[in-house]
Amino acid sequence: MASQKINTLSSSKNSTFQKIKNEYFWRTIIIACGLFIILLTLGIGFFLVVKGTGTFIRMHHTVWEFLFSSDWSPFDSTTESGGGVGAAIYIFGSISTCTLALLFVTPFSLASAVLMTEITPNAGVKLFQPAIEIFVGIPSVVYGWIGLTVLVPFIKQLFHPKMGGYSVLAASIVLAVMIFPTITTVSADAIRSVSSEYRKAAYGMGSTRWQVLYKVVIPAAAPGILTGVILGLARAFGEALAVAMVIGKTRAFPADILSPTNNLTAAIASDMGNSANGGEQNLALWTMALLLFIISVFFIFLIHIISGKEKKKHA
Amino acid sequence: MDTTKNIKFNVQSLNLFYGDFQALKDISFTIYENEITALIGPSGCGKSTFLKTLNRMNDLEPNVTLHGSIQLDSQDINKDMDAIELRKRVSMVFQQPNPFPKSVYENVAYGPRINGIRKKAQLDEIVEHSLRQAAIWEEVKDRLHKSALGLSGGQQQRLCIARTLALEPEVILMDEPTSALDPISTMKIEDLASELKKNYTIVIVTHNMQQASRISDRTAFFLLGNLVEYDTTIKLFSQPSDKKTEEYITGRFG
Repeated sequence: MASQKINTLSSSKNSTFQKIKNEYFWRTIIIACGLFIILLTLGIGFFLVVKGTGTFIRMHHTVWEFLFSSDWSPFDSTTESGGGVGAAIYIFGSISTCTLALLFVTPFSLASAVLMTEITPNAGVKLFQPAIEIFVGIPSVVYGWIGLTVLVPFIKQLFHPKMGGYSVLAASIVLAVMIFPTITTVSADAIRSVSSEYRKAAYGMGSTRWQVLYKVVIPAAAPGILTGVILGLARAFGEALAVAMVIGKTRAFPADILSPTNNLTAAIASDMGNSANGGEQNLALWTMALLLFIISVFFIFLIHIISGKEKKKHA
Repeated sequence: MDTTKNIKFNVQSLNLFYGDFQALKDISFTIYENEITALIGPSGCGKSTFLKTLNRMNDLEPNVTLHGSIQLDSQDINKDMDAIELRKRVSMVFQQPNPFPKSVYENVAYGPRINGIRKKAQLDEIVEHSLRQAAIWEEVKDRLHKSALGLSGGQQQRLCIARTLALEPEVILMDEPTSALDPISTMKIEDLASELKKNYTIVIVTHNMQQASRISDRTAFFLLGNLVEYDTTIKLFSQPSDKKTEEYITGRFG
């Protein structure tokens, strides 16, 4: 009681100072931090646009050539230009490995999400959740290394491909393992947040557990599951190191899933450091980075559309 | 009591425990076919718990033990029947209207679909028939393929009843179906229940005594897990034989 009184007294004495300190000081700092992050994101986007459009504006290549030509022979010098900047092989490499990774992992992720939420919810929280969180924390170089030392030789032994085990398949499997936790945890959250009223209604009408899951819970969780899949896909598109270690880094379209190829992130990571700043190759690599940025912005946009629709439906 | 009515449920010495807590104490009574039986009593008296035992929804809750027998048409529902089959014959409508986040049509078609009906024409017919039975067809016929979540609370509850009717159950259990609704919607559901008893047996839990006296044929009064009194609604509300029943229906507690 006594100390409270003293507090009130001293705060009324310095009330203006206190007010400024309490009301404005921290608020300003927080606003400044928030704005800084937004500006940083916009800045990176702007920087990528400026750098990435150099291929088309300064080097006069067409967007068509960049996206659909497979002739990649840019000059690595600031004075010469006129080589090919066709990134189709890299683009195809990224799309094919990511698509395959999704095909591999989605059934497993969905099954795991259902297992940890609906079938063994207790073990789900105590066992699966931490196990999957550990998955997220493993650095990508470790995934790449395991891919390199286990998966690549395994594929080589199993299928005897001409070029060794470095392949689209190896890259897809490594990516699948890497995006597994993302898709699983987001899907599990989506399934958990399905109202128990729906389950009650379905059970009350004589549904089996499978029917409740398949016809009610999963459709109700579908937008959330889709969000998880898109987040996973975005992560797969952005992953460089682990893929670079197992894809074979061969500049050719893969003949089949056992052939090596290259992708956008691995090409940028391996060539960016050596290219002459402002040269044709350097700018073409920036354009590839811009393309990755556009893809991820597109995915985020897609997620917002899905969640916006969902909110509208429930309003 | 009444010999002209068929017995639908015959409950004998039913005891139910949640862990160590006894929620139902030695309940015995009969529920008659094509009647509305109301279960009344203060919160926590066991009326909803009892309702759930009739289609084994209590199976879904952990730590529940049950002794005694419940017979549906002379078959023990816990021993001689599969819970899934039972719930198709004895279906439940809940307190909160809970249509699935699907279209009106898909909500009603859910039951027939899980029973393996696939033909579009047949489904169309069942959907229309069920919605008409639930007195909501006129209100939704132009928006069958829009989300059911866009309907008002009262409409959603009638849709839930239509969804249950599409299963062609024998018994409909209603767990305080109007407690989340406005008076006009409540009246519509009550009229509907009175209409439906021609073809169905209805057991309704309600904390609204006027509702019980308006629509039910028989009323059971529960208190602290005991069945205090069970009689025809007219008798129970005009000349209750137990003092506690009288005190409850005259509003002295509860």
